[in-house]
Amino acid sequence: MTVLAKDAIITLAHGSGGQAMQQLIETHFVAAFDNSELALMEDQAQLPLAELTLAGDRLSFATDSFVVDPLEFPGGDIGKLAVCGTVNDVAMAGAIPKYLSCSFIIEEGLALATLERIVQSMAVTARQAGVRIVTGDTKVVHKGACDKLFINTSGIGIVPVDRQLGARFIQSGDKVIVSGTVGDHGAAILQARGELALSGTLESDCQPLNGLVEAMLAAGSVRALRDATRGGVAAVANEMASSAGVGITLAESAIPLHPQVRGVSEILGLDPLLMANEGKLIAVVPAQHSEAVLAAMRAHPSGAEAAIIGEVTNGSAGQVKVSGPFGGERLLPMPVGEQLPRIC
Amino acid sequence: MGAAVSLRVRGQVQGVGFRPFVWQVAYQLGLSGEVLNDAEGVLIRLAPVDRLDAFMAQFWARLPPLARVDEVESTSERCDQPLPFPFTITQSQAGRANTSVAPDARICDACASELRAPADRRFGYPFINCTHCGPRFTIIESVPYDRPATSMKAFPLCPQCQQEYDDPADRRFHAQPNACLNCGPRIRWCGSDGHDLAIDDMALDDAVLALKRGEILAIKGLGGFHLAVDATNATAVQRLRQRKRRLSKPFALMVPTLACARRYVQISAEETELLQGLAAPIVLLDRQHQGRALAPEVAPGQPCLGVMLPSNPLQLLLMAAFAGPLVMTSGNASGRPPCIDDAVALAELGPIVDGFLTHDRAIVNRADDSIARVVDGEVQLLRRARGYVPEPIPLPLGLERADQILAYGADLKNTFAYVKQGKVLLSQHLGDLDDPDLFQAYQDNIALFGRLFDVRPTHRICDAHSGYHSHRLARQEATTLTVPHHHAHLASGLVDNGWRPEDGDVLAWVLDGTGMGDGSTEHALWGGELLLGDYQRCQRLTGLPAVALPGGDLAARQPWRNLLAHLERFAPHWQTLTLPVLRQLESKPLLMLRQAIARGMQSPPASSSGRLFDAIAALLGLNFEQIHFEGEAAMALEALAGQISPRHLPAQSAKPEPELTALWHTLLDGLAAGREPADLAYLFHAQLASELVAVARYHAEQHDCRTVLLSGGVMQNRLLQTLLRLQLNEVGLTPLFHRRIPANDGGIAVGQAAIAAARLRHVCYQS
Ligand SMILES: [Fe+3]
Ligand SMILES: [Mg+2]
Ligand SMILES: [Zn+2]
Ligand SMILES: [Zn+2]
Repeated sequence: MTVLAKDAIITLAHGSGGQAMQQLIETHFVAAFDNSELALMEDQAQLPLAELTLAGDRLSFATDSFVVDPLEFPGGDIGKLAVCGTVNDVAMAGAIPKYLSCSFIIEEGLALATLERIVQSMAVTARQAGVRIVTGDTKVVHKGACDKLFINTSGIGIVPVDRQLGARFIQSGDKVIVSGTVGDHGAAILQARGELALSGTLESDCQPLNGLVEAMLAAGSVRALRDATRGGVAAVANEMASSAGVGITLAESAIPLHPQVRGVSEILGLDPLLMANEGKLIAVVPAQHSEAVLAAMRAHPSGAEAAIIGEVTNGSAGQVKVSGPFGGERLLPMPVGEQLPRIC
Repeated sequence: MGAAVSLRVRGQVQGVGFRPFVWQVAYQLGLSGEVLNDAEGVLIRLAPVDRLDAFMAQFWARLPPLARVDEVESTSERCDQPLPFPFTITQSQAGRANTSVAPDARICDACASELRAPADRRFGYPFINCTHCGPRFTIIESVPYDRPATSMKAFPLCPQCQQEYDDPADRRFHAQPNACLNCGPRIRWCGSDGHDLAIDDMALDDAVLALKRGEILAIKGLGGFHLAVDATNATAVQRLRQRKRRLSKPFALMVPTLACARRYVQISAEETELLQGLAAPIVLLDRQHQGRALAPEVAPGQPCLGVMLPSNPLQLLLMAAFAGPLVMTSGNASGRPPCIDDAVALAELGPIVDGFLTHDRAIVNRADDSIARVVDGEVQLLRRARGYVPEPIPLPLGLERADQILAYGADLKNTFAYVKQGKVLLSQHLGDLDDPDLFQAYQDNIALFGRLFDVRPTHRICDAHSGYHSHRLARQEATTLTVPHHHAHLASGLVDNGWRPEDGDVLAWVLDGTGMGDGSTEHALWGGELLLGDYQRCQRLTGLPAVALPGGDLAARQPWRNLLAHLERFAPHWQTLTLPVLRQLESKPLLMLRQAIARGMQSPPASSSGRLFDAIAALLGLNFEQIHFEGEAAMALEALAGQISPRHLPAQSAKPEPELTALWHTLLDGLAAGREPADLAYLFHAQLASELVAVARYHAEQHDCRTVLLSGGVMQNRLLQTLLRLQLNEVGLTPLFHRRIPANDGGIAVGQAAIAAARLRHVCYQS
């Protein structure tokens, strides 16, 4: 690894297609991602089909763009987010994620050291998830044309022959499981922005979930999986309820919360069910498999605090309800923008 | 062959004993002719024409108690056939929907005395009724209003009841719920698990004994269940509070007689009339100073008690036997809407009660007890339900051609409304649509009202708040208008005062919690606005300063949050002051909340007067931490202020904008100087009123408008109303207050309906 000047920054030259760019890619990206496909430095990656077809009968293909302020936050950074986000989207089909592409849009003036850290973090996360970053692109834009750094990743994975997951398979009586505490990422970002005067450390839950998914599918049958990112559990539950034409009832008291997230939401009146996660999934599982799947999740480091938080009902199709500790219920609609007070 | 006259009668004239009444009048006058029900109401044809005046005199003098005649249109006709003699009731042609369903009415005096007469065949029968009284709205499933369309269909009439039903001379002629012990519904006394223990008289006796032992009963009424307990038994009332998890919200009382009520509360002539009226609402009454002791847990800290008289025969029998005041609170479990279904009641109320006094007639439509009171001599409805619904509310002249509109109402204290032929059909009070079951009931009721009144809306209108469940539902339809919350408050107040579109603009101070504004201010949420407008449009002239709501809706539940936000805004030096309540505030996570306020995170600014009341209440040590029911802090503040006898405060000179800095400084200085909280609570009311009047005065001058409407939930504050009335009159402005349409969000649907009517007037109804 080259030793960086302390104050080196990205300039427009790094995106010119010329020598500066070449050097940036070779010394930082190729070195960090370290795989044979990328090392060829072609404009595309060539992937061995035979190996893929042995693993399953369908490709799962997803793309996502990542923007976050700040770029680095407790528990992660935009690079880790970019790898986990796409890995998780691919994995929610029950697929085994294999390859990622990665595009950087960089605002001129970004510290080279920052980029270096983010790229390293992507490399570490990709290894952890067992995926290879095999192709990519870099653009540098004028100051103000983007905010420091945007990353797009796309990914493909293989869905094994016997796996059929999707919201359309959800049935009344199924259990709803969350893989751990809810709202950690949203709260960590607020804290990192200096918007919460929190003591203690609150970390984003940003993590790849494909290992957890494998453990779950080995333990029992699963109807549908969704990672609860933007819009939180509320968005996922609503999507599932409306596309399956079922009702979903969540039990407020069963929802796992980090004590600090609970504290923040009590002070600010935030609903953790609406807060973003970057390493939590919602699984809908047939009731008779729910305990086995839950046990497998809890035995996995990414699901230690997994819990059954609700169930699927056949009444009021498309509707998500939350039952309170004393028997009251409230509607949990699809989140739309800012939540303004309703009480008159 | 010869001259005849036909009278077309419109109003509430069906299912209320109208035809037999007409028959009796005509028969006794020896007239020829007939009377019949049709789609428009009642049609009377009679001869000879020269007896019309005599007929009309009797007609107006002897109208049945539940009848309401809106219009009589007379036309003379020549007929080829002689009219029937003697006068006849002609069977109605089946077909078009009935035009009117009457509200439920309290038991009439005739039925009440039969109920008490040992020789009467309905002696002690808890479902006695006649065409002048009894259930209507709560038992109807569809139209026309006929026994098979009601929950009485399960009870075929016995020969005796049938005879009454068929006899035009009988008080029970076509009384759809007519019944007796042989053929009608019967009461049961059950354990809390629903097992029958006794029926009929025995059931009543056992229930009364249980109440005397201090047990908690669920009692099935007309429009829902009540939870009842001996109001003089503190342990029993406390147990009800614990089981219902209702910590402080006052309970209503039912008393056997007016005389009994007088032991606890003061009752004026107007209040007596209200208590004994057909609707028999809960009436809020001032406690007697030296009153008889009730359990303090009935209505802790409240200067008023909500009192009602028995209104159905079962309650009458129960109260006569119990002979004392009962807590009669609505039959719902904590956080749940009131139940009407037997199975749901068993499941939800079973854990709360020791027994059920129930019966086998289904409740079809929920109707909670209505709540009313008298302020400055005027009746004001706070909750409009049993006894008032579905009586139509006429739109003012100028909007009388409005038709086929559905107004979705607000999300809390929800009611919805249809407009049919110039009349608003306002639903019963439903409640907070955030509850999934209630949201479903809301949709079911919208459909039911559409069927009952034969309305197929072509236009819809809803609140502008996109987070409202009613808004989401309404916006699924293409033709939906949206309206700012406070414009709807204004319009509902105008309808209530019979204001015609041609009467021009009014000024309106609309004071409530929060509602969606019209986008003309930087703060999206309003709650203390001075508006100028009419049905069609309105503009905001000024309003209370916008203050953050730290925590969003949590600010409406935790008054200290508003105290913090107001102090940060109006007295930022507050931490240098030495007041115990401020030290209490300092124990809150100030750093995080200040950041949230500064960055607008979960802290939307709102010009809310409701939250101002909360903040002041918290300052004065009332409900600092949290409230348990809506308006609790404001009610406590008003009650505290009520300890001070009113004094005259000279009117301020006119000013363009209200401000709160001086008010906050006065209160903080007053506290520091050791002034009594009661004194400061009064001062707050007086200064706020004076501020509102000074601003109204300025804009009255600017816009040459002398009428000031007062609307919004905060306007239920009786002290504020009285102060505003006095001051506005003093400066030559005319105040308008709400009366029959609640000033709170329960009246929003009427305002929306009128706004839609006005906006559509030029589009649809004129050609
Ligand atoms: Fe309101
Ligand atoms: Mg995606
Ligand atoms: Zn009667
Ligand atoms: Zn009978």
